[in-house]
Amino acid sequence: MNANQNILVKLKDAGFKINDKWLVQGVSLQVEKGKIVTLIGPNGSGKSTTAKIALGIYKKIEGEVEKYTNKIGYVPQKISIDWTLPLRVNDFMVLTESLKNEIIDEALSLTGVIHLKDKNLGDLSGGEFQRVLLARAISKKPELLVLDEPVQGVDFTGEIALYELIKKISDELNCGILLISHDLHTVMSATDHVVCLNGHVCCSGTPMDVAKNNEYKALFGEQASQILSRYEHRHDHIHTDEGKIKKN
Amino acid sequence: MFDDFFIRALVAGIGVAFVTGPLGCFVIWRRLSYFGDTLAHSALLGVTLAFTMEFNIALSVFIISSLIALTLIQLQKRTNLPGDALLGLLAHSSLAVGLVVIGFLTFIRFDIMGLLFGDILAVTVDDLLIIWVGGAVILLILKLIWKPLFASTVNYELAEAEGLNPDRAKAIFTILMAAIIAISIKMVGLLLITGMLIIPAAMARNISSSPQRMVIYSIIGGLLSVILGLFTSLEFNTSSGPSIITAALFLFILSLFNIKQSIKLKN
Repeated sequence: MNANQNILVKLKDAGFKINDKWLVQGVSLQVEKGKIVTLIGPNGSGKSTTAKIALGIYKKIEGEVEKYTNKIGYVPQKISIDWTLPLRVNDFMVLTESLKNEIIDEALSLTGVIHLKDKNLGDLSGGEFQRVLLARAISKKPELLVLDEPVQGVDFTGEIALYELIKKISDELNCGILLISHDLHTVMSATDHVVCLNGHVCCSGTPMDVAKNNEYKALFGEQASQILSRYEHRHDHIHTDEGKIKKN
Repeated sequence: MFDDFFIRALVAGIGVAFVTGPLGCFVIWRRLSYFGDTLAHSALLGVTLAFTMEFNIALSVFIISSLIALTLIQLQKRTNLPGDALLGLLAHSSLAVGLVVIGFLTFIRFDIMGLLFGDILAVTVDDLLIIWVGGAVILLILKLIWKPLFASTVNYELAEAEGLNPDRAKAIFTILMAAIIAISIKMVGLLLITGMLIIPAAMARNISSSPQRMVIYSIIGGLLSVILGLFTSLEFNTSSGPSIITAALFLFILSLFNIKQSIKLKN
């Protein structure tokens, strides 16, 4: 049934409701190998819900989800871990899959938290924990990465570095990434496809397409639209020394 | 070798401790102590059933406890009552019904104290077989579902998203809980089984930094409790269950001193 071999997960008109209240409805999207799909939208617009539908966490859904991979790494937005559990970073890394020590070390080094390996998970700061979550998700070399606000609580320089890392991982592992983020600046430079949600898909396409969309402007304001187009701008030509514009 | 009742009790208790150790850790991690209590209370109904139908006690306790667990899951889906109220409802009503049924069974002599608090004199060679074979099966299954069960204990959505099927692991674990209660009821008694699950694991929590270590310490704590408790029981003619649990409590208190020391060292 998978006509396109590159498709990892595909949502067809998917929706989910709790007690007759729709959290999100009519979402169609697909994530392909090596591509980054970003979900944007205001609070409560159904971004996390869409991710959970794609992951199969929500089962009683409307529409269809087709998943073509089981190698999935997930960084949830909110994670409530019972800190009474004696759990070190090292134990957490092998939570869903047994991994070799070198692979654990490599992933922790990439996200800059190798020094915390033997620390108790409950003793980490929010930003440190976020880095561990990301390390855990990438360490199993997944085909599909679902990252729900992966850099929340991370310091400013760290944020940029982690987004660069995410981009690098997508290229190196050729894995598909479903990313949720509020940070239009950082994300848009690397995103292949943007889906703008507000209870339903209000617009989608390349960052440029979305930036031009009136519904998007209405949702985020004119300024946000400029952010998006600026990044697109950076991609489609180079400024030469003489100040002339050279097309790529 | 198993002619002596005390040797039988010791071998039985050691078998039980090997299984309650790891299961007890999950009871603590998943906050299931009241759930364990409920299953244990319902075991009385299982025992009476075994006596009236001349059925194997462990098997009938296992069946009744599993039924109660299933009933609980159904009630959780169909009512708006909070979980602990439902547990209380099931625990006390099944205990009450069990006691009422015993009242009717005047033709059988019942050792209620033995049922509630354990009786080492009652451990037969057959019981040893049930404990060790049953215990080995429980541990084997627990090892098989360890990854999904532990992962979903830490975070359900992570386990589900990454394809570990936590719901199945949870269902299997519920059955294992019923099974451990069934095989350990003679040793510890139905009022104190949850103590055997929780106290050694709680002691282990105080002194361990990783889940694996907590399981190992929990088993060691359980073994020491059984050995200490049974010798006390023999020496002072006390019920086996309370003696074992008191020994476990003693170890727990010791583990608290360990914490205080490590805090002092830190500062």
